Amino acid sequence: MSVQIIRPGLLATIQDLGRYGFQQYGVVVGGAMDSLSLRLANVLVGNEEGEAAIEVTMMGTSLQFNEDTLISITGGDLNPVIDGNPVPLWRPIFVQKNTVLSFTGCKVGCRAYVAVAGGFSIPNVMNSKSTYIRGEIGGFKGRALQEGDLIPLGEENSFSRKIKKVLQSKLEQRSFASVDWYVPFERYVNKSVVRVLKGTEFEKFSESAQKQFFEQEFQITPQSDRMGYRLSGASLGLKQPFELLSEAVANGTIQVPSDGNPIVLLADRQTTGGYPRIGQIAAADLPVIAQMKPGDCVRFQEISLYEAEQLYMEREKEIKQIRTALLLKKWSFE
Amino acid sequence: MIQTIKNNLEEIQMKALGESAITVQFGAEISPSINKKVKALASKLQHESFSGFIECTPAFASVTVFYDPFIVKQAYGEKAKTSFQIVHAILERMLEVLVEEEESKPRIVEIPVCYGNDFGPDLDFVAAHNNLSVDEVIHLHASAEYPVYMIGFAPGFPYLGGLSEKIHAPRRPSPRTSIPAGSVGIAGSQTGVYPISTPGGWQLIGRTPMALFRPDRDQPSVLSAGDIVKFIPITKEEYDQYQERWQ
Repeated sequence: MSVQIIRPGLLATIQDLGRYGFQQYGVVVGGAMDSLSLRLANVLVGNEEGEAAIEVTMMGTSLQFNEDTLISITGGDLNPVIDGNPVPLWRPIFVQKNTVLSFTGCKVGCRAYVAVAGGFSIPNVMNSKSTYIRGEIGGFKGRALQEGDLIPLGEENSFSRKIKKVLQSKLEQRSFASVDWYVPFERYVNKSVVRVLKGTEFEKFSESAQKQFFEQEFQITPQSDRMGYRLSGASLGLKQPFELLSEAVANGTIQVPSDGNPIVLLADRQTTGGYPRIGQIAAADLPVIAQMKPGDCVRFQEISLYEAEQLYMEREKEIKQIRTALLLKKWSFE
Repeated sequence: MIQTIKNNLEEIQMKALGESAITVQFGAEISPSINKKVKALASKLQHESFSGFIECTPAFASVTVFYDPFIVKQAYGEKAKTSFQIVHAILERMLEVLVEEEESKPRIVEIPVCYGNDFGPDLDFVAAHNNLSVDEVIHLHASAEYPVYMIGFAPGFPYLGGLSEKIHAPRRPSPRTSIPAGSVGIAGSQTGVYPISTPGGWQLIGRTPMALFRPDRDQPSVLSAGDIVKFIPITKEEYDQYQERWQ
């Protein structure tokens, strides 16, 4: 069983939840930009949450399934179609052998995740299958997917096989079949306000910069990628210039070089940095920023550490509930 | 001999880096005594971690501890406490007494560098910033021995201490979008080498043909914390010869 890349589109890579444990050697964590969508995509096909999936960026990607396969698509709505018919998101989908799935444009968000039951049978590099393009490690041959790539699939579990069988019987004349329910997570990927904690050096910024950071809108510039988004808007100055010793940064750290334009560090961020950190995006809102694209405007809303932790807990509970509901077959596959 | 380090907790700052990490800052300067504490805490965390611990990132003067707040809370779940408070308390206990890492004899690694021109577009800036000639900057940079304090930023990127105060220079006002692999840079009191092509904000003074990140090897980073680096100036011709030989 395999997936064949018919067209890679703008950028398609294999990602999982990232490469943890090696930051002390400078090895970048990487992984899915929108890890919430990746986890749910896996849950919907019966995989472990951290299994690798294809991260499709913006548009132009076409994939062919070389056998009957159970898949799911989550994240941004990049207008996925099969044989000209729109394919629904956030639910398990059965696709027939030789079906081609194409992403034809950004309707909402900019990254979609395609999970397949059984995951991808590719080697782990430092405990992860995620592709780190700059370091040429992980994923499929350490690079973005290319035309003609054949990515082998792993073995489906019995749960996946069961769903597959039920959906297969619903095919009728089409080459794919799905269910009429979905997990209601699309609301997390279509927002423009991102909740942020004050950063480590927040107090070292001028009073006007502190105010503008939470009041003004910032635009995501074209110089943005999986490593980070460069923003334009108010120029954020320090009370006094200073040079920091480099130390760890995290997913969602917002640093400000001396030109005053903030940079949001994301999945492929460096492990350490030395520009002053004005803010830290709450983990619960990382999917929101990850689904924004160049040209989009973002506003930062201040929250406390306590609130950020509460949001984290609620999100985890919600994912667990969905997982349990699926396993208990609370949803009908008939 | 194994030394223990008793810490005065009032001298150590612990700050949240979001809801999923805490940075323990032992100080704000590059110094062997501070870095010993960094190494001791990082090693302690490897050996006696806690439920929800993900990993830690040691730096010059700090250790950042990444954790999963959900797992921490489940494991230690005292109702009134947040995960931050729980991890904070665990780290405070760990910090009371640290055991100094035994140091082996450092390995000396020579890194050939072709300074200036296209390879070091910021060499002129570093010279002007410090009222020095370009040759003086090269001489100062190439005549010191640099201990590797940490590997960070990008795979195999060495953070080096021991940079002469005469050639300190601030980071660039905005990071470059792409820096060629092998570039040698300066940021404040730090110097280092970019092993892979990446965006970055350090002032670039030269380039080495030596590959510091070799992903096909078991130990992909050529350098590790504790090594001593020496930079050997080479000409453009020598650079090209090295590159041919090493590829």
